[in-house]
Amino acid sequence: MSMSNQDRVVRRAASIEQRVDAIQAALEERGMKVAEALEELGHLAQQEWSPQNGARVVARAWVDPEFRARLLADGRAAVAELGFSMPKHHRHLVVLENTQTVHNVICCTQCSCTAFTLIGLPPDWYKDFEYRARVVRESRTVLREMGLDLPPEVEIRVWDTTADTRYMVLPEQPPETIGWPEEKLASIVTRDSLIGVTRLW
Amino acid sequence: MDGIHDLGGRQGFGKVRYTLNAPAFHAVWEVRVNSLYSFAVRRGIFNMDEYRYAIERMDPRHYLAASYYERSLTGLGTLCVEKGCATREELERRAQGLFPLSAPSTHGRTNAPTRERFKPGDRVRVRPDHVPGHTRMPAYIRGKTGVVVSESPAYPFPDASAHGVEARDEPTYDVRFRSEDLWPDSSDHALVHVGVFQSYLERVV
Repeated sequence: MSMSNQDRVVRRAASIEQRVDAIQAALEERGMKVAEALEELGHLAQQEWSPQNGARVVARAWVDPEFRARLLADGRAAVAELGFSMPKHHRHLVVLENTQTVHNVICCTQCSCTAFTLIGLPPDWYKDFEYRARVVRESRTVLREMGLDLPPEVEIRVWDTTADTRYMVLPEQPPETIGWPEEKLASIVTRDSLIGVTRLW
Repeated sequence: MDGIHDLGGRQGFGKVRYTLNAPAFHAVWEVRVNSLYSFAVRRGIFNMDEYRYAIERMDPRHYLAASYYERSLTGLGTLCVEKGCATREELERRAQGLFPLSAPSTHGRTNAPTRERFKPGDRVRVRPDHVPGHTRMPAYIRGKTGVVVSESPAYPFPDASAHGVEARDEPTYDVRFRSEDLWPDSSDHALVHVGVFQSYLERVV
């Protein structure tokens, strides 16, 4: 018996793009309207689910103490007041208030979960092994390496997103912005301050 | 499973490659992968627990070498085959090359037979469970003691939901641990909050 030609062919891994195409084609062959859905979902992921949403929530909390109280009590209901939604499986949004003495920072050690409809799909470094492995254990060191050197009296609280509850940091308002209009306030709130790796002042 | 994905507290990793305004996506195919898996979840082809578990079952060498969205793609491909939306041969024929997939699933478990309702301030210990399948108990809290801060709405129990095992939804507790208790003498002082499913917890008396 001789080996067939096919057995002797050394097969290489398909390129990533070819693998993505293969899945889409397989689903389409089974009658699923994939292309249209991808257009919609791609738009949501790149345009609609943006940190500007979280920034608007923060700006409202800065100017409206009653909204701030509702946001801290039930984040999901409060962001819905501003027209922002979360996926069905994110049943709870916990908003974490930074103060002069408490600093909150969010991570997901096992995968890379975030409140993505509010703070956007996570940046590359959030998904990297370095951040996932280290921020729970060496929070102060990691934040310092990332440019945030917290005074020793500031207590650090790290939030590991292990369930489908989602977190968003409510940064402190810089004092010089008191009295600014809400829209201008929203423009100074960055994604990384909503994750808690930077502070705004 | 104590898999390669369970990175919290692992040592040896270097500095975070942090840049200002870092992008979420680096290529068009990454957006497509993200949309394809969202599409599959919306269609009910698989749930989020099955998706996370499919990624966890990747060969560890592949897991460590792959980018985030290649891991996502591998989980997606694995589930498409397991759920009957494609065969591996079909995917490899269409892709004109090998399509590395994850290892087969093991078995899951249902809720713990005894589950307690906790309230803020209660001291709890994470049960010293070792399971072959999916779990959302990071290994760094196994057997550790913390304090309940709050309770969330009930969620599907991941250890069951990733395996098609029947289970009741159960609450998760926001449990606050001291980093010194998690990694004595080798951590920065901090409070580490973890969302812990009720089945993973027992009361400390």
